[in-house]
Amino acid sequence: MMPEMLWKLLEITIIIALLIPMAAMLVWVERRVIGIWQDRHGPNRVGPFGILQSLADLLKILGKEDWIPPFSDRLVFILAPIIGAICVLMSFAVVPFSPDIGVSDLNIGLLFFLAMASLAVYSVVLAGWASNSKYALLGGMRAAAQTVSYEVFMGLSVMGVVLLTGTFNLREIVLAQSEGWLIQSQFVGFFIFLVAGIAESHRLPFDLPEAETELTAGFHTEYSGLKFALFFLGEYLGVTLISAMSVVLFFGGWLMPEPLSAWLPPLVWFIIKIMCFVMFFILLRTSLPRPRFDQLLKFGWMVMLPLALLNLIVTALLRLTGVL
Amino acid sequence: MNKEKLANSLIFSQLRTMWLVLKHTFTKADTVQYPEQKPYLAPRYRGRIVLTRDPSGEERCVACNLCAVACPVDCIALQQVVDDDGRKRADFFRINFSRCILCGFCEEACPTYAIQLTPDVELAEYDRQNLVYEKEHLLINGPGKYPDYSFYQQSGIVIAGKGKGEAEQERPPIDIKGLMP
Repeated sequence: MMPEMLWKLLEITIIIALLIPMAAMLVWVERRVIGIWQDRHGPNRVGPFGILQSLADLLKILGKEDWIPPFSDRLVFILAPIIGAICVLMSFAVVPFSPDIGVSDLNIGLLFFLAMASLAVYSVVLAGWASNSKYALLGGMRAAAQTVSYEVFMGLSVMGVVLLTGTFNLREIVLAQSEGWLIQSQFVGFFIFLVAGIAESHRLPFDLPEAETELTAGFHTEYSGLKFALFFLGEYLGVTLISAMSVVLFFGGWLMPEPLSAWLPPLVWFIIKIMCFVMFFILLRTSLPRPRFDQLLKFGWMVMLPLALLNLIVTALLRLTGVL
Repeated sequence: MNKEKLANSLIFSQLRTMWLVLKHTFTKADTVQYPEQKPYLAPRYRGRIVLTRDPSGEERCVACNLCAVACPVDCIALQQVVDDDGRKRADFFRINFSRCILCGFCEEACPTYAIQLTPDVELAEYDRQNLVYEKEHLLINGPGKYPDYSFYQQSGIVIAGKGKGEAEQERPPIDIKGLMP
């Protein structure tokens, strides 16, 4: 019993120790790739190709004064970024990385992910509230409304997957796709999940909670130093998480079609698929403008929610009649 | 739906935007990698200010103060002295480059082409005091942009070695008290 637990703890430690530097590297990757797409170079000075830029940024942010505004609600102010980072990291517990790697085979893994995504909004709302400033509060309010609206059909969009595989266990969902990825039948569900995922991780074009052109920096306006870094960590881990979930739910996780699967180990295939999605997220950020807030909510409730419901009903009907 | 309407429709326009951005993966960056790669600066670029000399090697500046008056940030300070040979010179000439905005008004105001801006913009210093340039730092050993111009050879001012009416555009003075026609 004991060695098994120790082995599990070691696995958790390794996964976290790899995820956090990866999130830091993503900052550099994003800046570099956006630079390329905007006909610039991006940060290319620190180390070869600027690969150590994140390290330099980290050292700088550690040297910053960890300032807590005197007008803020101290306890909540400190708690908010920690909640954000922990919620995202917890979600990774149910992600099956490869046939043998993965922290937990929770039988309600998908629900656990949705629950953690819902909890993550507390970090943003509490940060906006505790900062006791206009911009932060506006950002927090927007985050609350946006996340609550988009959560609804995020849950609905993955129900099609659950219908077809008959399980909430993410590992079993992946294994059920050995015949063919679920994107074949669930492309509408995938599209809805992706849009909702972008809104959940409040990335551009749905970054209204932190819209810097209108709200300075939104909910993290008053944050600096390490706590600001935690928000950033949460955001980039969130991007990775949504990418990982898209891959697990719709693109067969670590599975690949026959000739390709032998070329590289399953974990590498999984990471490659995730990176494709991350690149897509970055592409969205460079190319799309931010909608107005009422447009965002209207789009969510008037277009995406009916579409998700329709997808669910059609999937159920096709399942019932035995087509799928 | 006609073609234009399709192009303007919500989802198609978003996809098109993303495609256009993606195509820039293969476009060369416009950035000039500055410290290694210097951008071309035109000869008349407004950079560091210099004081030039006339073709005979004398200072052109006559310390008339017009540059100091024209300067919008008051970064030029100077004082005039008249030498024994009749030439006017700046006793001191000081430009504070930490204030200078490189607008070039001093160059435009200068009646003797003495003060000129050069295409050198690398003025960075660790110590602000080092940005205060004195006359010895500003003077160069050449005529700058106007190689042939010499103020004293054009004007009627008498200096040692050049009497009244001996400038290039002058005729010898007429003796108005004489009886000759």
